[in-house]
Amino acid sequence: MTFDQWLLSLVVFLPLVGAGVIAVLPKAQPALMRLVALIASGAALVFGIIALVRFDFHQSRVFQFTVNTRWIDSIGARYHMGVDGIALPLLVLTVALTFLCVIYSQKIMPKPQDKVKGFFALVLLLETGMAGTFTSLDLVLFFVFWEMVLVPMYFIIAIWGSERKEYSAIKFFLYTLFGSVFMLLGFLAMYFKSVDPVTGGHTFDMIRLQGQHFGGVGFQNLVFLGLFLGFAIKVPMWPFHTWLPDAHGDAPTVGSVLLAGILLKMGAYGFIRIALPLLPHAAKDWAPYIGGLAVISILYGALCCLAQTDIKRLIAFSSVGHMGFVMLGISTLTDKGINAAVFGMVAHGVITGMLFFLAGSLYERYHTRQIDDIGPGVLQKLPRIGAIFVFVAIASLGLPGLAGFWGEVIALLAAFNPARGLPVALFRSYMVLGGIGTILTAGYMLWLIQRLNLGVVREKWASDPSIDDVRPAEVFAWSPLLVGILALGIYPRAIFDITNGAVTGLARLFT
Amino acid sequence: MIAQTAFSLSSVDLHAILPEIIITAAVIAVLVVDLFLPDRAKSANAVISMAGVGGAAIALMSLIGSGTHRTFGGMFVLDNYAMLFKFLFLAVAAMLIFMSVNYLNEVVQNIQGEFYFLLLTALLGMLVMPSSRDLIALFIALETVTVPGFIIAGFKKRDNSSNEAAVKFFLFGVLASAIMLFGMALIYGVTKSTNLYEIARVLSTKQYPMPIHHPDSVVFASILLIIVGFGFKVSAVPFHFWAPDTYEGSPVPVAAFLSVASKAAGFAGLFQICFVAFGSHSSVWAPGFAIMAALTMTVGNVIALQQKNIVRLLAYSSIGQAGYILIPLAVVANKSAAIQKEAFAAALTYILIYSFMQLGAFAVVIAVSRRHPDNLISDYEGLSFREPGLAFAMLFFLLSLAGMIPTAGFWAKFFVFRSAIGAGTLWLAAVMVANTLIGLYYYLSVGAKMYLREPRERGPIHVPYALATAIVLMVIIVVAVTVYPDFFNHFSPRSTLIAF
Repeated sequence: MTFDQWLLSLVVFLPLVGAGVIAVLPKAQPALMRLVALIASGAALVFGIIALVRFDFHQSRVFQFTVNTRWIDSIGARYHMGVDGIALPLLVLTVALTFLCVIYSQKIMPKPQDKVKGFFALVLLLETGMAGTFTSLDLVLFFVFWEMVLVPMYFIIAIWGSERKEYSAIKFFLYTLFGSVFMLLGFLAMYFKSVDPVTGGHTFDMIRLQGQHFGGVGFQNLVFLGLFLGFAIKVPMWPFHTWLPDAHGDAPTVGSVLLAGILLKMGAYGFIRIALPLLPHAAKDWAPYIGGLAVISILYGALCCLAQTDIKRLIAFSSVGHMGFVMLGISTLTDKGINAAVFGMVAHGVITGMLFFLAGSLYERYHTRQIDDIGPGVLQKLPRIGAIFVFVAIASLGLPGLAGFWGEVIALLAAFNPARGLPVALFRSYMVLGGIGTILTAGYMLWLIQRLNLGVVREKWASDPSIDDVRPAEVFAWSPLLVGILALGIYPRAIFDITNGAVTGLARLFT
Repeated sequence: MIAQTAFSLSSVDLHAILPEIIITAAVIAVLVVDLFLPDRAKSANAVISMAGVGGAAIALMSLIGSGTHRTFGGMFVLDNYAMLFKFLFLAVAAMLIFMSVNYLNEVVQNIQGEFYFLLLTALLGMLVMPSSRDLIALFIALETVTVPGFIIAGFKKRDNSSNEAAVKFFLFGVLASAIMLFGMALIYGVTKSTNLYEIARVLSTKQYPMPIHHPDSVVFASILLIIVGFGFKVSAVPFHFWAPDTYEGSPVPVAAFLSVASKAAGFAGLFQICFVAFGSHSSVWAPGFAIMAALTMTVGNVIALQQKNIVRLLAYSSIGQAGYILIPLAVVANKSAAIQKEAFAAALTYILIYSFMQLGAFAVVIAVSRRHPDNLISDYEGLSFREPGLAFAMLFFLLSLAGMIPTAGFWAKFFVFRSAIGAGTLWLAAVMVANTLIGLYYYLSVGAKMYLREPRERGPIHVPYALATAIVLMVIIVVAVTVYPDFFNHFSPRSTLIAF
């Protein structure tokens, strides 16, 4: 095997190796564990960047760095991995964000702080699951990685979380699992109705499953329903979002960052990678409904944000809205819309990841998540953190020139002209409603800034010397994200140039 | 056919029954040596037993690739199917011996010799079971497995619940045997044969050796009775009532024996009866198994939700697991050979994987039980702080039993699930999914207790070497299957009973 064939496996499994090493280190060596976590996630990042550099951008439609070997012969599942222009940005986002989380956790650990071993081992295990999801090209392999994130995230929330942590953790766990069972059902249904063009048997291979008609449109629609349940819960779309505010709210900082930054993207990625290309007819039938739910998610998320008093729950609900834009983009089934969706995912990962870092830092200092308790006057007490918060919040509301803008505005534009055969009038009303959503988004974000940052700081906080401004670990963890927010805003082609080739290939199925 | 009257030793294929001969020798050796052992050296019996198991395993290995052996006039057949089960039983027995040594030393001291004697006797029955292709041999094998079980269930002689366990098990077990014998007698009446292949021939051609009124109803009754009998052995609902009480009262290694070894042996016999003798009547028994599977899964899992005792939890969960194993049996009626073959392989793989993860969980329970003999789930609170390794092993086995992805248990469920979907029995797949979710909840809640609660008692739990060896070995096996599911699934399709 050549280096290119090993590349993705290295990205995916180096963190797992790191987790294994940490697991066997003696308990009295927390510093060594931190170092191993740093090396393992750093190595994954390095190989992720190598993949980015070696990627042939002119061929972004083609899966690159592919490896395809035998795995489970008895069910025809293969170890088939590869990335195209859609998967690559998400893969890089995954390894980058995890690495930053590990840096952040070098110095700032959630309570109980003595369990260093479990924390880093679980974060690395999580990374393997996330990276594997974005690289799998076999349905069984995809499913394994998809589910692999559940147990680590469950324990991250349940052990290091706050308030109703165990309730939130099990809710997250069972909810996601419920959806993925239907997804598995859909995978198996496709498998049994498929004909492998090479062997003549059944296949789980995502590439070979393209263009199969699975015995009729009715059946495809049914399978799509199964996949939809699995993916929509993960995204999450209204009305399947109820696990999200609890899980995000009660998770420790790093858990929230990874949950919002990457785990949610797995759902939207599932739509783009599996549901759309494998079941194009059903996708067309379902698109108006998905678009409708997406718009409801946008408006509902924004309205809920207006009602929140807890900063982490507010950011969690804002994710529902932002992922609504992503799903609206996907539901148009156009190259514009899907490009916007992938861009929106990366931008949301960077921005909301950063927002959760900030919320975590505030919680760390003020020991409360209530907006009206922390604020007003964060800018006065903590000028640097306050300023960063304003910057990121404004990026989140979609100010032109920052990363949040492109994904949303292009998704709305795409809704003006959905793919042929979709109800134009309906999608244009979606566009109008989505537009109203952006106004609401701006409203709650500005209001948040006002309540939190502006004004005169409370007496009890002003005199508290333990509340300090940005720490070195935070500088290291945050600056790449802040640079990213600005860079993607100024030069969005950095993403679009990667995705466009792959997306146009996909969108051709719907024209 | 009982035509063969002359019997001579030279007509017996001694090589084929060498594993059984070695175990028999070990049984006798334990019985004799034990007489001369002082009380404090009783655990030397474990060494003899282990040597017997090892010897039998080597003998069995020497038979690999030598084709199918038939001896005792076709009563005893050694094919791939039998070979697979025999290796499983030997491995399970070895693990059980590792798991029992220290526990017995502490709990039942001076009657340990009898324990090994009985365990090996049961093992002998288990080894004969998958080779028996004759109703009488099958019955004898089954009783040889069960009767020692009655005795070792009551091994804590001065413990009321242990006595209850033994009596309950005995009464239900004898009742099951009687019912099964009645069914066997009926089928003998119809076919004039006890040989499974001969029965199959008569039933499929419907050329009954003598005129008989309503042969179909008699065959139906017979199938029903035999299945009910086996239903007790594998503790399928509604024949499961003995299991939780018996497991709870017995010494923990015995509960492990009953829920793994004895159950697997029951399934081995059940497969032979269903697929060989009654293969042509799958449309009769498959719907019955469908109902039984759905009930078994649901009742086992739902009742497991509210258990306070870890052994009872594992007992109900093992009932639930038996339900999953029954699914492939339920979907084969009137299906193509490929689907039948796949279903059969799925059931075999499930048994293999189940055996090791359940046994692993029991090994951890034994370890904790030495310090906390009440086996309460609350004893597991904060286990990760006291014994991180033990807690991790337990979590791994529990997640695997739950079918969490990507553990070995998930693959077991995946194969069964796939066979149900492939055969188009979607409702059963749906019941299975619902039950898997229920199962996840209670398995995970034990896992959560180990990691999220503060321990009520401090201090480490000393794990003796033998037990630790067993736990580590089983973790390795389950990890191996997790990473490479074909590890077991590779054997199953080759080990079909008959050419479908």
